[in-house]
Amino acid sequence: MSTVNETRPADALRAGDRQADERASASKPLGGVAGWLDDRLGAAKGVSFLAKKVFPDHWSFMLGEIAMYSMIVCLLTGAFLTFWFIPSASPVVYDGSYVPLQGVTMSDAYRSTLGISFDIRGGLLIRQIHHWAALVFIVAVFVHMARVFFTGAFRKPREINWVFGTILSMLACIEGFAGYSLPDDLLSGTGIRAMNGFVQSVPVIGSYMSYFIFGGAFPGEAIIPRLYSAHVLLIPAILVGLFTAHILLVFLHKHTQFPGPGRTNNNVVGYPLMPVYIAKAGGFFFIVFGVIALISAVVTINPIWAYGPYDPSPITAGSQPDWYMGFADGALRLLPGFLEFETFGFTWSMNIFPGSILLLPIMWGIIGAYPFLEAWVTGDKREHHLLDRPRNNATRTAIGVAGITMYVVLFFAAGNDLMAIKLHLSINDITQSLRVLFFIGPPIAFWITKRICLSLQRADRQKVLHGRETGTIWRYADGRFEEIHAPLTPEERWVLVQHESLEPLQLTAAKDANGVDSPVARKERIRAKFSNFYFRDRVAPPTPTELEAAHHAHEAHAEPAAPHEAIEPAGVGQERETIKADRQRD
Amino acid sequence: MNALAARRRHPAAIAVLLLLGLLVTGGAYSFLAPKDANASAPTAAADAVAEGKDLFIANCATCHGVGAQGTKSGPSLVGVGAAAVDFQVGTGRMPLAGPNVQAPQNKVKFDDEQIAALAAFVASLGPGPSVPDAEHTTVIKPGTEENNKAIAEGGEIFRVNCAMCHNFAGAGGALTRGKYAPALEGVTPKHIYEAMATGPQSMPVFNDSNLTPEAKQKVISYLKAQENETNVGGLTLGNLGPVSEGLFAWVFALGILIGCAVWLGKKAA
Repeated sequence: MSTVNETRPADALRAGDRQADERASASKPLGGVAGWLDDRLGAAKGVSFLAKKVFPDHWSFMLGEIAMYSMIVCLLTGAFLTFWFIPSASPVVYDGSYVPLQGVTMSDAYRSTLGISFDIRGGLLIRQIHHWAALVFIVAVFVHMARVFFTGAFRKPREINWVFGTILSMLACIEGFAGYSLPDDLLSGTGIRAMNGFVQSVPVIGSYMSYFIFGGAFPGEAIIPRLYSAHVLLIPAILVGLFTAHILLVFLHKHTQFPGPGRTNNNVVGYPLMPVYIAKAGGFFFIVFGVIALISAVVTINPIWAYGPYDPSPITAGSQPDWYMGFADGALRLLPGFLEFETFGFTWSMNIFPGSILLLPIMWGIIGAYPFLEAWVTGDKREHHLLDRPRNNATRTAIGVAGITMYVVLFFAAGNDLMAIKLHLSINDITQSLRVLFFIGPPIAFWITKRICLSLQRADRQKVLHGRETGTIWRYADGRFEEIHAPLTPEERWVLVQHESLEPLQLTAAKDANGVDSPVARKERIRAKFSNFYFRDRVAPPTPTELEAAHHAHEAHAEPAAPHEAIEPAGVGQERETIKADRQRD
Repeated sequence: MNALAARRRHPAAIAVLLLLGLLVTGGAYSFLAPKDANASAPTAAADAVAEGKDLFIANCATCHGVGAQGTKSGPSLVGVGAAAVDFQVGTGRMPLAGPNVQAPQNKVKFDDEQIAALAAFVASLGPGPSVPDAEHTTVIKPGTEENNKAIAEGGEIFRVNCAMCHNFAGAGGALTRGKYAPALEGVTPKHIYEAMATGPQSMPVFNDSNLTPEAKQKVISYLKAQENETNVGGLTLGNLGPVSEGLFAWVFALGILIGCAVWLGKKAA
């Protein structure tokens, strides 16, 4: 009896064990560093997927990139600042190189910020880059948000990403406010003082909350270290995490694109990430960083040394928050003082509470909920990867502009004192006008925007049916005048006719044939009202039949010219025709 | 005469009549009273007071009354002191170019001698703050430790008492109903001192018991030291705080970046 298996020789016994290895080594086309890395990380597949990812090209798609890059600039410069900033309210005597403050008692936070500005090499530049980048970051976030809103990019399947973006924009503002409050100069201390007031204005529990947040009475020594933890640790962590999810979802959903020939809801027309967008987006990072650095090198931001240290007794004229909190400050300036009252032994600070505490969740809540509201009204369950041209959804665009108008009124109210002094107006008149404008401005803006959108749609329709107006007036031999209309190319025409024009929802009968109340009727009635509000005024894009009819009409129109031409000498007529043709070509 | 009679029931007639009455009374008073005022001002040279009076009657009496006793259009100047005249006339605020919520800084209409004469005349009407001498309007220059300390103290006084209207950098600020606290940059030390001492327009008076002359000097020195500091951060955007910074971010930073994005979007792939 032998232990040797005749059919499988000993050296072949483990032949199958190595199959995986062999397969792996045979299928590796990658050499060099890439291969070495892939052997260890197995990332080649993912990288290749990313590298081939196609993105459409449009400048407005880069607004989000500006936000992303300026956030990265904030993170980089912020790390630098943490090396020297001391988040402490303990009092010290300044002995640095800024003469007008020498010998003044101040907090360690303020002293270290002065140190960064005057005694650390490159410190002031980095501080200014950090602050300018923060302002640019939030500007870009809001503009990006407006782009997404007005083009309808928030529709299915991107509603969740819109909500992420909404939270990101709110966090960005809070993060900015926390940073603004850290240096403990007169302005930032005033900001914290205002925040204390806001918290205290919360009915019933306000004063408890204030004690909780400040670790005792205002100002205390706890608030600066606490804000510092929030500013460098807590909020950035959430911000970066949510931002990563935001970007991952863009990859998952694929980027939206503007309508055009060959672009559908099922494809993305553009260029691959590698090499085109690696170069473009990578280059754009350096452009953004460069522009911010240039601005920071030549324009002062937040001259904390001029403000002086914080002390609860002084205040400076022109105390405003950074721009992104301006709308809340403006709301406070517009709220009349008589709204405060007392009942049940409690003070109800309705002159402060709605503008400072309530406004923020309301504003961002409405923004976050909008996609769901619109989806409910339209009942649209389809995916949308093609963007709307803002004019083609007149009501949405008008709602957006009305909202922005409301925001801008509040925003400008925050600068009422500066408008008064620079425009030689009375601050009281400005405040009163803005109060009125807060209520009547948005409806007016809504109406005007909607009318403009509808007329632009009509103009598009005209253009499709009758061609582009060339501005060339042609006089015929019989004395008639006519403007030459150049026909559109099919590509140009497609952009103008591709959109669908939604019609208002038809109301289902409230009672069926047997006189029984329909169970869905009431809910449907509300929806139908909304739908009517959205889509009652509509300009339908021309149909192929209409287009055909218009072409025929043009040809018929052109005919009567022919007999007159015969009267003229042949040469002249021909010459004129050539000019006409030339002009049409232009 | 008929035209005048026809307008006798005009709504402004009573006001005109009152004004006329006041002017006549004031005019009559000015014939009788000034000599006494002159006599009670032994320090002022008699000819300066006389010249000041002539200038006053020619340029100021319309609003302040012929005897500087004040009218509906202008306050009494009795007891305001020479410092008030030197400030108001020396910065061109007076004579007022036209009725306004506040007298704006303007071209100075008189030379130093005339201003001194006007001041002497007004000072002769009653005791008030006099034009400060050089002792307390000399700017303390930074350099020594003691001087730096004085400047820093001036900064603290400024932030507690002045910044709420004049802004942290003295760039000015708004008050109610179109009134404003003007910018302090470029104002001479003497005029800053006089403004503190006399409280022109909406400004409160910081007399010697509120702020000692030394404290006033420190405030002035702080303002000048701040003015002379190089703008280490670059352009100041008017030192108006976050509003101008936000405007700059929206207009210039966003404008430039969108320009770059459009340019990059147009670049062939």
